[in-house]
Amino acid sequence: MILTIAIRELKNLFLSPLAWAIMAVLQLILAYLFLSQLDTYMLLQPRLAGIEGAPGVTDIVVAPLLQTTGFLLLLVAPAITMRVFSDEKRNRTLSLLLSAPVSMTDIVLGKFLGITFFLLLLLALLAAMPLALYAGTTLDAGKLLAGLLGLALLLAAIAAIGVFMSSLTEQPVVAAISTLGLLMLLWIIDWSGSNQEGMTDLLPYLSMKTHYESFLKGLFSTADVAYYLLLITTFLILTIRRLDQQRLTG
Amino acid sequence: MDAKILISVEQLYRYYGHHLAVEDISFELAQGEVLGFLGPNGAGKSTTMQMITGNLAPSAGRIRINGIDILDAPKRAKAEIGYLPEQPPVYRDLTVDEYLYYCAKLHRVSKDQRSQVIARAKDRCGLAAVSKRLIANLSKGFQQRVGIAQAILHSPAVVILDEPTVGLDPNQIRDIRALIRELGESHGIILSTHILPEVQATCTRVQIIHQGRLVFSESMQELERRLTSHVLLLETRQPLDDAKLENLPEIDNVERISETRARLHFAENNPADAVAACVAEQDWGLVELSLDRQTLEQVFVDLTCSDVPQTDRASS
Repeated sequence: MILTIAIRELKNLFLSPLAWAIMAVLQLILAYLFLSQLDTYMLLQPRLAGIEGAPGVTDIVVAPLLQTTGFLLLLVAPAITMRVFSDEKRNRTLSLLLSAPVSMTDIVLGKFLGITFFLLLLLALLAAMPLALYAGTTLDAGKLLAGLLGLALLLAAIAAIGVFMSSLTEQPVVAAISTLGLLMLLWIIDWSGSNQEGMTDLLPYLSMKTHYESFLKGLFSTADVAYYLLLITTFLILTIRRLDQQRLTG
Repeated sequence: MDAKILISVEQLYRYYGHHLAVEDISFELAQGEVLGFLGPNGAGKSTTMQMITGNLAPSAGRIRINGIDILDAPKRAKAEIGYLPEQPPVYRDLTVDEYLYYCAKLHRVSKDQRSQVIARAKDRCGLAAVSKRLIANLSKGFQQRVGIAQAILHSPAVVILDEPTVGLDPNQIRDIRALIRELGESHGIILSTHILPEVQATCTRVQIIHQGRLVFSESMQELERRLTSHVLLLETRQPLDDAKLENLPEIDNVERISETRARLHFAENNPADAVAACVAEQDWGLVELSLDRQTLEQVFVDLTCSDVPQTDRASS
């Protein structure tokens, strides 16, 4: 049942030009970025060749590419997640799901998975670019995979936050802005307090960016995975609670 | 004598903040019944229906669908329900076929039955010609029919329709009423409406809700009996004489409205012919002689206009 809802959600995204537009625009920008990083690498390569343990092509091309992708999707994803529940509420179509024999958990998980599938599709398109480098060179597969996994987790977390924000309001634009706000806050939260005593541990831990960056360094640590899983679970549970509570208060 | 009870609602309450929208509503719906929900705007009809279908949680009370408590086992209970809300819950970006296919999947219609079930629902609601069109491009009436198709798709035990004939043209209304009657034979149906003739045309039982309370609940036959008049309205040119009229064998008593107007109460047979003969004999000059028919509309107005004393309730 979850899958039924997820597939419908994914198909719905492609019914409007928005999904196509987002895919095209992101791919264009990232391709440009990829090429310019590649140029940089070509310039540096003769000098790097002499140095022992110098950063390879994965560090110079792939890591910055994934880093920028993460940030760009932070800005773009709210446009995808905003409709999930607010549109249904505004068009009064939510009652179709509510009166069908499915639980609130099924509905929320289905919607979340639908959005996540779409974001992963974006990720697959993007991953094709670094993978193309295999034609001419070898990559650090471990680092690449860690980076892609990190991005996948980041995207899932973005989807969970977006789904929650969308369940709060009937106005898609309000949902988009608040999603963007919360995501940005979680991204930059470690900027302040990094030079103060006492705060140094908490704020960087809360930041999505620090956890993402350790993936990009090729570090696969359970702490970072746990952070994202916690973030996703928290917001999904909040969404389920929120929708259940709406049935009580009307 | 009892048919299977499909819905049983006990002491249902619902608050919106401090506003009491539904107060102590209890009723039952048996198989083969078509229950008409009447009431002015904001009386609590839709709220009650939303609670029965699990879209809203009741503040207090108990709802059982086919014996299954909707709060204890919502999935199983909801599988027995088909619901058309006030606004049909249709996805405007889908075609009719895509939409119904999705609904069939949501309601766990098995794979090999899906296309058959969809074809039957489309056929019943007259949607076959538009099955490939986007719902957004359909007229309001067709969207409404898509909504009805969605509600009956999985042949649920109970079908709940919130104002099903809104936005339909007279022909479609007739079709939908026929469909409701047909469904009513094997299912239990609740429908809400403002249109009083619709209730008389389709329902087997009528309930009137006013300010959240159930103020009237009777089967259609009882209602018909009550609505059968035992009062003749008489108007003449010349002043009437009560004694002469009361002498007529079938008339119980005469209630004078004015010099020339009177209401004649009778018990069994309609004494119109005798009255006419009497009027002719006395040369009063007959202006009007008619049955003082009480309509469902009057019952409705009596019960739901708060300043009018609720006489019908007392007498029923």
